[in-house]
Formats: sequence, C-alpha cells, structure tokens
Amino acid sequence: MFEYMGDRISNAIKNIRGMGRISEDNINDALREIRLALLEADVNYQVVKEFINNVKEKALGQSVEKNLKPDELFIKLCKDELINLLGSDYVALNTNGNPATLMLVGLQGSGKTTTCGKLANMLRKKHAKKPLLVACDIYRPAAIDQLKEIGKQLGIEVYEEGKEKPVDIVANALNYAKENHFDYVIVDTAGRLHIDDALMQELADITEVLKPQETILVIDAMMGQDAINVINGFNEKLKLTGAILTKMDGDTKGGVALTVRHLTNVPIKFVGNSEKMDGLTEFYPERIASRILDMGDILSIAEKVEGIVSEDEAKDQMQKMRKGDYNLEDFLVNMKQIKKMGPLSNILKMLPQARQMGLNNVDIDPKDMAHIEAIVLSMTPYERRHPECIKASRKQRIAKGCARSVEEVNRLLKQFEEMKKMMKLMANGNMKLPF
Amino acid sequence: MGFFSKIKNIFNKKEEQKEDNSVKLYDTGLEKTRNEFVSKLSFLGIKYTKIDDEYYEALEEVLINADIGINTVTKFMDSLKKRVKEENISSTKDLTEVIVDELFIIYVNNESLSDKIVVEKGKKTIILFVGVNGVGKTTSIAKLGYKYKNQGYKVMMIAGDTFRAGAYEQLKEWSEKVDTYFYGKDNADPSSVIYDGLEEALNNDSEVILIDTAGRLQNKDNLMQELSKMNKVIDKVIPDAIRETLLVIDATTGQNGILQAKAFKEITDVTGIVLTKLDGTAKGGIVLAIKEEVNIPVKFVGLGEKMTDLEPFDIENYIYGLFKDMM
Repeated sequence: MFEYMGDRISNAIKNIRGMGRISEDNINDALREIRLALLEADVNYQVVKEFINNVKEKALGQSVEKNLKPDELFIKLCKDELINLLGSDYVALNTNGNPATLMLVGLQGSGKTTTCGKLANMLRKKHAKKPLLVACDIYRPAAIDQLKEIGKQLGIEVYEEGKEKPVDIVANALNYAKENHFDYVIVDTAGRLHIDDALMQELADITEVLKPQETILVIDAMMGQDAINVINGFNEKLKLTGAILTKMDGDTKGGVALTVRHLTNVPIKFVGNSEKMDGLTEFYPERIASRILDMGDILSIAEKVEGIVSEDEAKDQMQKMRKGDYNLEDFLVNMKQIKKMGPLSNILKMLPQARQMGLNNVDIDPKDMAHIEAIVLSMTPYERRHPECIKASRKQRIAKGCARSVEEVNRLLKQFEEMKKMMKLMANGNMKLPF
Repeated sequence: MGFFSKIKNIFNKKEEQKEDNSVKLYDTGLEKTRNEFVSKLSFLGIKYTKIDDEYYEALEEVLINADIGINTVTKFMDSLKKRVKEENISSTKDLTEVIVDELFIIYVNNESLSDKIVVEKGKKTIILFVGVNGVGKTTSIAKLGYKYKNQGYKVMMIAGDTFRAGAYEQLKEWSEKVDTYFYGKDNADPSSVIYDGLEEALNNDSEVILIDTAGRLQNKDNLMQELSKMNKVIDKVIPDAIRETLLVIDATTGQNGILQAKAFKEITDVTGIVLTKLDGTAKGGIVLAIKEEVNIPVKFVGLGEKMTDLEPFDIENYIYGLFKDMM
C-alpha cells in the first residue's frame, strides 16, 4: 500500500537534493509532482490543496536548519504534514462495556462481514476474551451463511435468527450474550447507501437498542472522491467512532486514508491487509507516514517480534551471534519464529528504503522456506551444532533424507557461513547498519 | 462543429423518449452525479464571467472531484484551452456547452457507440465475470440472468467462486429466485467446477452461461493465473461458444479502477466492463477515465438495486442523464 504515492513523492524530493537552500523556484516542481501524486491516489482535492500550501509555507518560512540539508528538511515537513493529516495518535478501540458492543456499517461490498470475523479473531487473541458475532445482514442472499462459515473457521459463535427484523435480532443477541457471558458483541449489518433513508433509519434503530461503544465504518481503500460523502453521510446519521480501511493489500494508492481523519475527524482504527483471518492491523499515523515516505516501519516489526520472541531468548541469541557460535539449531528456531510473523514479503516491505532496494516486490515462495527447513531437519543434531563436519557423504545422506539435491544443501551451508560472518560483525558493532 | 450539433440532436431525441424505461433509469440513476457534478459546473458559469486561470483551476477541481482522474482531466483541459483560443470563446456561459461536448468526445473517440453482447437462440454465449472483491459480481450475474431469462433464453449460472465463504450459497439462492439452471460445488477447485458446470450446460442446452469467479485483487499473481486456467477449460469444453469476459468495477472506486482494468486486461481478454453502483455515487466520472486510459467499452451499468436496474450502457442516455439540466 501507499508505494505509488510514496515513490512519486520521494522522486520529487530527490530533485531538491544538493541544492543550497530552499527557494520558491526550486520547490515548485517538487510540489507540483506531489500534488499530482496525491490526486492520482484519490486524496480529496481540498486536502491536497491544503497539504501543498502548508508544506510550501513552512518550507519557505523556515531558514534551513543548520544540520538538515534542504531535501531532508523538505521530507521532514512532508512527514509532519502527513502525520497531521492522518491524525497524530493511534486511537484504540473502546471496549468498556459488559459486554462491549461493536457495530460495523458501510456500503455494499466494502468487506464488513470478513472484517467482523477478523475483528472477533483479533479481540479474542489479544485480550483472551469471548466474542459473539451477530448476523444482521438480512438482505444480501447468503450473507448469514458467510458469517456462519467464518465463525465456523474461527471457532467463534455466531448468533442468527434468519431474516427477522434486525432490531429484534440485536436485542435478543444482547440478552443471549449477557446470559452466556460473552465479552464482546460484534454486529454485522447489511451494506447500504448512505442516502438510503429507510435503511439508515434501521441502523439508527439498532443503535438505540445496542448502544454500541464502537460504531465503525468499513470503507474500501480503493474508493475515489466520493469517499468523503459516504463518510459524512454515515457520520451524520450514526456518529461514527472509527473507521476500518479494507483491501489495503491491493495496489491501492490509499488516498482515502489521508482524507478520512482530516475532513471528518473520524479516526482510522485498523486496516485490512490480507484475505486471511489475521489480516487486520492497527493504524498508527506516524508509522504509516514513514511508510509512505519509504522511511520504514521498524516499530511494527519490533512489535511483531516481541509477540513471538521473549527478551531472554533474544539476549541469548545476541550473545551467540557475537561469539560466532550461532549454529543451525538456532537458525531452525529463528526460521520457525519468522514463520510465525506472517509472510516474509510483508515484513521486508516495512524495512527503511525497502522500495529503493526493491524489497517491496520480492516474491518469496513459502515453499523455498519449507525446503530450507527440510534440509536442516534432515541433519542430525550433531551436524546442526557443528555444520563444519558436513562433508560429501553426509551431504549426500542429508540430500536423500529431504529429497532435495546436494547442490541445494551446499548452497544452504555456504549461505549460512556467510550469514554467520555478517552476524558477528553486526553484533559486535563493527558494521554500520543500513539504517 | 459536427459533434456539437450531434449533442443537441441527442438531447432533442431523448426529450421525446423521456418516458422510455431505459432513459428514465439513467435519469434517476445519475441523479446524484448530476446534482453534484453538474450543478457545480453550472455554478462555475455564474460565479466566473471571464475565462482565466482562476476559472480553469476551479473547473479542474470540479472534474477531479468527479473521479475523472488527473490524466484525463489534464488532457481535457489542454484540448479545452485550445478550443477556447481557436473559437475565441470569451464567456463562461458559452463554454459550458463546449465542456459537455469535449467530455462526449473523450468517450466516443471515433468509435462506434454500441457494443452489444451477442446472444442467439440455439447457440451458446459464455460470460465470465471477473473483478476485485466486493464489486458486485454475483449480484450482476443475478441481474443479467434475470434479463436474459425474461428475453426467453435458457440461462445457467456456474458458481466459480469457491473461495469466499457463502459465495456458493449466494449464487444458488439467486438462481432459485430467477429460476435458472445452476451448477456449483463447495470447496472445490474453481476450474473443475467450471468444467463440470459446462458439461452440464451442454446437456441442458443452456444458451447463456454466466460464470461467477472469486474476487481477486489485481496484484495477486497466482489468483490472476487461475483465471487463464479457467479460460483454457472453457475453450476445451465448449470451443465454439460466443465468449465474453466482463470486468466488474464498482463505480465508487477511484483511480484504482484504471489499474484494475489495466491489470485484468493484461491477463485475460476483457471484452467489456460492468460498472456497478453508479446510482450510489455522485462521481460517475470513472466511465470517462477508463475509456480514455484503457479503452475497454462499458457494456452494462448498475443504476439501482432492483433486479431490472442493470442496463446496457448507452452513451447517449448517459450524457442525457448527466447534463439534461444544462442544455
């Protein structure tokens, strides 16, 4: 996501590099480029205008700080302004209710039902609480089946009464949740147009009964300039507490993200970024701004790692790397950890300058990872701890054991040796990190 | 100006056909776009009397806000400025008509206006529906199936979306409502479902075969490859069928719609576009952007939520629905 917009902005900024100071002349071209990039990304016209004016004004008003080059200053201004548009702070879900009630609303096809599943899955995982899904889309054929199917996959209970009146369903679901001690009630509603008065009234009626802590608009990240009307339409009727942007894993330019918060003050709480049930990520404005400008998102990577590796483990490994006795057993453990972090290609994308290094489009075949793992598993524990002992006949046995070729075993061993050298350098601080 | 008088003719003709169902549908379906886009456009003519940079900038804003897309808008502005110079237009009021004319030219672009799908008794037309997630593929199939069924054709629906939970049930429910043949199998490989479905279509003599596929984002290579496999299967089972591949695009999509069209066109032979939810957006401009940048004709537009509200795209009705208050 955001690559396109980010690349154009970075390119525009490159041209300022090497200039002595910022002047109206030399930033005008860059600003024009950025303007086009934002408009092509479907950022709202008003927002673009404001963004450009603000950056320009600040850039010209500032005497270039001594320790910042003009292009660095300019990129900083862009980043600040982006964060400003995206809304500075991350706004967490309000779940102070017993049960906490959440209602998802939106246009047809924005991804409400799938997002309901993802949200329930996430709440259960993060807080170890019991969610209940409520099926209130009585209009679209098989919408209830879809939610039930998702519930079945996740092992989360779905409350449904077929095609009864949504208000009644919600009232009954609420009682059911209280009786059975559910912690969260997540209501899936039918897709509707914000101008459909009858259906909007239905939502208002549901709100009366449910009194939701969170009324969340689910909105397609690919949406164009009409997004602002949709958000305003829902917000006026329902007082939204947040928004979830879906389908961010497409090559969407994601301009909606820049529009929503700024023009409506509705915070974006999550983005949906895969079709899998764990594909929902918190929306941190600062991190997103960094990613747009290809400055990386180390914080998110760190967070992912934190959930998987304990601090002691990490220290222990660091020690091993430093001494250079990191072996294939450690490697195996690390590989398993990486697997838990989700697709590797998603993580690479978050590295600083990932796009410049071409890491945003690396296609990592999960099979490759599996093959490497198979080779290592085919070794004896002794071999894993002492890879230097692996010679021709051992190699042949290993290759046979995992049905890969000897060349592959060779390649792995060679790569491992190189990796070890690098690690030693890095861990001892003798090598400057690329960021 | 050839086109110019042509436009006038269109409006006169449509005024006469006002009670025609199709014209009416466009009229109501485009009401939102008309109210927002066109009223702003006319307002420009009142607010500014002189054609100057300020006016151009305001005009550009109106067009971009209608999702016409920056590239198309830039081109449009250039040719508009040229015409203003050549024809010595000085009042903004006169310019409004020229704008409508230029927008029309973008779409028509020297090509024939009709792109009908061929359906014949006793023959087989296979229509494959593709698109990203949540654009309304399944619903479009239902509406189109209903249309052909009412025209007296034997219709069959095949549930090639074996990925999304509930997709199979959704199409099945529609086929029962519309009363058409149906084939589907839950949790199977989509190509094998299509294979079996087409075999059945051969047996029951269906004339219009509508195939649903799973929504796929255009940057997911493996899913896109799956589409070419489906095409191979269709070629094999019914090689002499009339083939259409319709890309379904949500009209509320912004400039990503263009990327979608480009990506799908690359991987499969997209013969036309179904633009859904046009009634729900105030930004019908994507029609122009897609035509200008990808050159795939729009074949159907969704103008409402009723079963009968999927209409063959008709540029004349579209232009009339948009601009009737201005002419």
